[in-house]
Amino acid sequence: MATMTLVAALNSGLRRALDDDPTVVLLGEDIGRLGGVFRVTDGLQRDFGPDRVMDAPLAEAGMMGVAVGLAYRGFRPVVEIQFDGFVYPAIDQLVTQVARIHYRTGGAVRMPVTVRIPYGGGIGSVEHHSESPEAYFAHTPGLRVVTCANPQDAHTMLRQAIACDDPVVFLEPKRRYWVKGEVDEDAALDPSMDRARVVVEGSDVTLAAYGPLVVTARDAALAALDDGVSVEVVDLRSLSPIDLDTLEASVRKTGRLVITHEAQRSGGLGAEIAASITDRCFDVLAAAPVRVTGFDTPYPASKVEDHFLPDLDRLLDAVDRVMGRAHSLTGWRAS
Amino acid sequence: MLRSDVSPGRALPGAGPSADDLVQLVTPDGVRRENPEYDERVADVGDEQLTDLYEDMVVVRRFDTEAVALQRQGQIGLWPPLLGQEAAQVGSARALRTDDFVFTSYRENGVAYCRGAQPTDLVRVWRGTALAGWDPRSIGMATPQVMVGAQTLHATGYALGCAKDGVDSVAVAYFGDGATSKGDVHEAMVFAASLRAPVIFFCQNNQWAISEPVGLQAQRPIADRGPGMGVPSIRVDGNDVLAVLAATRVALDRARRGDGPTLVEAVTYRMGPHTTSDDPRRYVEPADEVEWAGKDPIARLERLLRERGALSDERAREIAQKADAFAAAMREGCYGLPDPQPLSLFDDVFVDPTPALARQRSQYAAYLAMFEGGED
Repeated sequence: MATMTLVAALNSGLRRALDDDPTVVLLGEDIGRLGGVFRVTDGLQRDFGPDRVMDAPLAEAGMMGVAVGLAYRGFRPVVEIQFDGFVYPAIDQLVTQVARIHYRTGGAVRMPVTVRIPYGGGIGSVEHHSESPEAYFAHTPGLRVVTCANPQDAHTMLRQAIACDDPVVFLEPKRRYWVKGEVDEDAALDPSMDRARVVVEGSDVTLAAYGPLVVTARDAALAALDDGVSVEVVDLRSLSPIDLDTLEASVRKTGRLVITHEAQRSGGLGAEIAASITDRCFDVLAAAPVRVTGFDTPYPASKVEDHFLPDLDRLLDAVDRVMGRAHSLTGWRAS
Repeated sequence: MLRSDVSPGRALPGAGPSADDLVQLVTPDGVRRENPEYDERVADVGDEQLTDLYEDMVVVRRFDTEAVALQRQGQIGLWPPLLGQEAAQVGSARALRTDDFVFTSYRENGVAYCRGAQPTDLVRVWRGTALAGWDPRSIGMATPQVMVGAQTLHATGYALGCAKDGVDSVAVAYFGDGATSKGDVHEAMVFAASLRAPVIFFCQNNQWAISEPVGLQAQRPIADRGPGMGVPSIRVDGNDVLAVLAATRVALDRARRGDGPTLVEAVTYRMGPHTTSDDPRRYVEPADEVEWAGKDPIARLERLLRERGALSDERAREIAQKADAFAAAMREGCYGLPDPQPLSLFDDVFVDPTPALARQRSQYAAYLAMFEGGED
């Protein structure tokens, strides 16, 4: 057990994966001598050599397509996309090839490709550096999509993703990269990365969050308790498939659901979760599920990003709403 | 004759193939031309081996024609004929070893034949009973790619894997002139050149991307694309099976030696439509078709073999019978392909089904079971 940042936990996860399996190769821009722009691959090329930790030409589609060929040959490629907003050129290869080759070949060819993407906002950066593209991937059959919220999960889930025989989009909450936590590098690789986890127990409202907003959701649960509302926080961890069983069990207990993500609302995961849980829990719901998300705008300039991103107060406002209390839609001054 | 040093002054806007630009060992009239550099690459190819190549091309043309008939008769939904491109496909594919691996587009059925695809395998996808005709690893050939150009990156990645494994196997990407406009193809060449991937970029320039002439994709010979990216290239007469074999061997030797990728532009002509749904009368000049018919890859080799007395009437008859038998087996196999079970559409999305998919599957199974006869 050691205390480390989320970045260091990812680094040690990659190191373990490279140690454990000689077919694991890393491919990305600036991941070699520089160690990646966030230093997630720091020292790995030095220790494992340029044959296994490969600096790629600056072409995301190229990296993704080359990863397909490596997987065809029996390798287990881990591709680093430098920033969320740079993944779009690679989506063609990801959606039309990586996600489907197992299906296309009737199971004859597996695509154990891991795509690491730092995602999300709150770092005061320029355009294309703060986005949350998870819904595109979750909508694509054949891709697993997971995200981590703390250093232990970062380490363990990344190793699980790399060991997985399906392609996995691994989303890293970049504004939490420097959060520190205890990491047991010898912890068993369970629970499975596709299981959600209750991180705060509560009885009145279920608050489903993932990635960077899990910390915010925990803060909201603490604040709500001061106000006499018991909020249960579920860290979804896997965005495709979504662990609806865990979520359903929580909502059956609380009867209320708030879902939050940084990504834009329309067509987002919140809509999918709201529909699925309504389908399963209609009989026990005391209120319609509420989504707290980014707005349906492109990601804005950083000086207003705090307004775009769900925060503690917006989560509490939604908790009030499902509790039938005064909230922003009825107005704070409503009787 | 690698085109690694292309002078910028040698622009050939809109230039069509000129015999002078091409590596050619057998003329359209069936006359053997000397070319010391490439002759030595095929010094082992005697009359018997040439006759084998002739046989391959005859068989390929025969089953390709049969597949068009199957489409016209409603037995398959679509077919992309390769008529006219037999030499480019056979000459290159026959240069390969079984441990090499090819990543092709959908038109490379002649390559598939040479790699060992079975007659029924060739029509499975086009009849709609599966998304792949064969297990890629069983014949060293990926499922033919529908997304134009995407496979060039896959070949590059596979080739890098071969190098990592310390073997001298080579990956070959087959693509057409249309694909050369794609970003994937350019990115593949950059990756391959910078990382010295043992890959061959084998472009069949058949002059057409559906209705678009090659001039819309390239204002200079396609072979000129390579050198600027550090990929030496060869421009070869794609209707000359011997020259294609020789050029592919040059590229293979470079790759096996660790000298990296080569671009081969095989200049050929698509004598038929893009697919059975196309109507080339809307865009092809009849005079062009006449001109290219005069460069037919099979006719020229037959002339050469007949001239040398290497192809008897009896041998020609045997070859025709073999071709007929293959086509008949393909037709019979096509008829015999069973429709997949409805619930099989849920199979193999993931290695193990997710709970959500298992749920959709069981719900749909229950729905089907409500009908008379159950899920069948």
